[in-house]
Amino acid sequence: MTKENQSEEKKPNSFQIFLEELQHSPRVVTILAILTGIVLGGVLAAVTSLDFYAAFAISPWEGILTGLEIAWNTYAALFTGSVGDIGRISDALAGGNEAEIRRAFFPFFESLVQTVPYLFGGLAVAVGFRSGLFNIGVEGQIFIGAITSVWAGYFFKGLSPIIHVPLTLFFGALGGALWGFIPGLLKAKTGAHEVINTIMMNYVAFRLSEFMLRGPIKDPTEFTPKSPWIEDSAKFFRFFGDPIRFHLGFFVALGIAFLMYWLLFKTTWGFELRTVGSNPRAARYAGMNNVAVTIIAMSLSGALAGMAGANEIMGVNFRLMPAFSSGYGFDSIALALLGKNHPFGVALSALLFGFLRNGARQMQLRAGIPIDIISILQAIILAFIAAPAIIRTIYRLKEPNYEEEGVKLTGWGGQ
Amino acid sequence: MAAINTNNQNQTDYRSKTRRFVIGGLFIAAAIVIFLFFARGSEAGAVTNFSMVPGGSPMTWDDWIFPTRNFLSVLSAFCLMVGAYQIARGFGNWTNAALSVVVGIFMFSFLSWAASGGSMNLGGLLRITIIRAVPLTLGAMSGILCERSGVINIAIEGMMLSAAFTSTVVASLTNLWLGMLAGILTGALMAWVHAVLSIKYKINQIISGTVINIFSTGMTSFLSQKFIQKVDYQYLNEPGMFAQLEFPLLSKIPVIGPILFHHNIYIFLMFILVAVLTVALFQTRWGLRLRAAGEHPKAADTLGINVNRTRYMAVILGGMMAGFAGTYFTLGSSGRFDEVMTAGRGFIGLAAMIFGNWHPVGALGAGLLFGFFDTLAVRASILNVPIPSEFLQMTPYIATMVVLAGVVGRSRAPAAEGVPYEKESL
Repeated sequence: MTKENQSEEKKPNSFQIFLEELQHSPRVVTILAILTGIVLGGVLAAVTSLDFYAAFAISPWEGILTGLEIAWNTYAALFTGSVGDIGRISDALAGGNEAEIRRAFFPFFESLVQTVPYLFGGLAVAVGFRSGLFNIGVEGQIFIGAITSVWAGYFFKGLSPIIHVPLTLFFGALGGALWGFIPGLLKAKTGAHEVINTIMMNYVAFRLSEFMLRGPIKDPTEFTPKSPWIEDSAKFFRFFGDPIRFHLGFFVALGIAFLMYWLLFKTTWGFELRTVGSNPRAARYAGMNNVAVTIIAMSLSGALAGMAGANEIMGVNFRLMPAFSSGYGFDSIALALLGKNHPFGVALSALLFGFLRNGARQMQLRAGIPIDIISILQAIILAFIAAPAIIRTIYRLKEPNYEEEGVKLTGWGGQ
Repeated sequence: MAAINTNNQNQTDYRSKTRRFVIGGLFIAAAIVIFLFFARGSEAGAVTNFSMVPGGSPMTWDDWIFPTRNFLSVLSAFCLMVGAYQIARGFGNWTNAALSVVVGIFMFSFLSWAASGGSMNLGGLLRITIIRAVPLTLGAMSGILCERSGVINIAIEGMMLSAAFTSTVVASLTNLWLGMLAGILTGALMAWVHAVLSIKYKINQIISGTVINIFSTGMTSFLSQKFIQKVDYQYLNEPGMFAQLEFPLLSKIPVIGPILFHHNIYIFLMFILVAVLTVALFQTRWGLRLRAAGEHPKAADTLGINVNRTRYMAVILGGMMAGFAGTYFTLGSSGRFDEVMTAGRGFIGLAAMIFGNWHPVGALGAGLLFGFFDTLAVRASILNVPIPSEFLQMTPYIATMVVLAGVVGRSRAPAAEGVPYEKESL
């Protein structure tokens, strides 16, 4: 490429103009951040493998080859785990056995199932960021949403699904909204920073869910702390037979994402929310009600997170068990930033995270790589997204033409 | 200058009338609860029997037995007097001290009520409270170092976790002291990353902290599943533990000897570090500069303090403190590494820092209080009290939220915290 550049330096052709434009684009940083994260993940998989060192003892070349092979196998397993085995899919399609086709497509749809809580969680964080609030309490709001929705799911009996499904989802949103409302109220009225309060609310939620599972919503017929199963009428419709768990929640989540887009960017209220987020003083001067916006935004954020919990109950687990959400809340922070806090961006990054997470399980089984490599990847990507300057330095990209969109948040001191 | 500012503000805080009334009212409310629920709540002739010898101590002396109702009534009257004085005159700068005395009495009354008619090992309870306060207090002090200099640190949890991991591996291969050193250095490394991201690249400090937390959790779990959980590598997860030390004379003091002076090295170091940090932050030029960087960096810069260098130093020192706290989990408490073994203690440390108003002594007090709830929650089953242990475990978090909201004595963060410092160019 450098050769090409040198020879055609005098006459910029369309390709060079494209490259030039590309270098300024913030999208490139996003893509490079993901790619760099994936490369570093591969390096990690290689250097923590003993085969790598054994091969290195033979010759450095051999070592590098083995390292590449390990990284390749890791990501091949990730791909098979998240999308499916291409050979198996084509065989199954040719064979025509319906159960076998479903099994072959299972990984792909399972990734979509994994995407849903991420989408809700990412939207929750993004709405917070847009209004200048850092909702680090998505994890706790997910738990509360799950508690309230599971209660609504088994308590109301004999309802038609057309009523019961939205009702259960609504209860989940309500629970999450309450958990977001409290820090929002404290922030607006007393200035107590929402980060501290949402962290505290997280742990209160964990303890509360343990208590609820031990007592009030425990299934009396079970020995271990589990809630009763929710009614069939409260479950999300599943589109295919077993083992595919792909359910209506996916489309509900997409619908909500679109709704959020409309709300944030097409309504006056969304404009107010974004103004309060990007410049609270100007918002106050323009006569906007910062207190109300803060409280409503935080409650809305909590409600979205609560829907993530409700979705897991209604579409996947059908009951509440201890340790039911495993870090969706914290991953959501990374993916909201990855999606530039835009509902459509969040949807894309939720897909990415859903596929990564689902694929990682297969990776653990086939390539012996612990699933936690995904957290490492997420941390690295998050660091690069938050500090585009690092990526720009590594790849010698030019400065962007316009100011890169960042989140604007207050420090704890209130400045 | 910044220091004078803070002091002034604190004083005005305590002297404001509403605050005085709120705190005084709180004292009286405590008195009423002690009298109505705890004193009247226990049976008329019942006695409370506190055993003052922690389990495993070779010394013996008599249990402390007192009639529950009468004793608690006296305590309630005392609280009432304190509350009346607070409303009438106010304790001024001693308000926090009075508050902690009343909280202490309240806790004690609660225990007496819970133990009335039976017996309880109060000595053991206090001893374990001190032990459980160690990671919380050390974590809080890590936060204080960072945040007093103006850098938010929510990565205490991550720093502790990664330090716990490396200390285990290094201590298994070499010895405990090198393990501890490795842990401290790991904390420093994590803090350096935090500092580079948030000071050099100016990314949001909360996001940077989240990066460290996610990374540490992922990395330690990854490496522990890949290696030290496997049978072949078990030798990497056998670091051993620091032995219990006895202070030559002090540990022979009746009652408080075994509670305070018979511990492993972490407990003693915690008390020493609290004292050292208090003096260093509030009595030395170094501390003044550090706090100036957190309160008013522009003024500090004008006076020739290199704000960013001060912040780098403070964050890395804070990381070392968190690393030290992390080694406690493996080398001082459990003698092995388990996945996610810090279990949110870093965040309780954060809470303790806020609860203690960004002051080392306050952090120790908060650490002890939260450690006490932690201990109680574990032992809730032996108390004949209708409070689920989960609610006891929630208390630190709720207390922190209450304090942060300024309902009882407001907690105040350094003014410039979370704001990257940029020199203005003319």
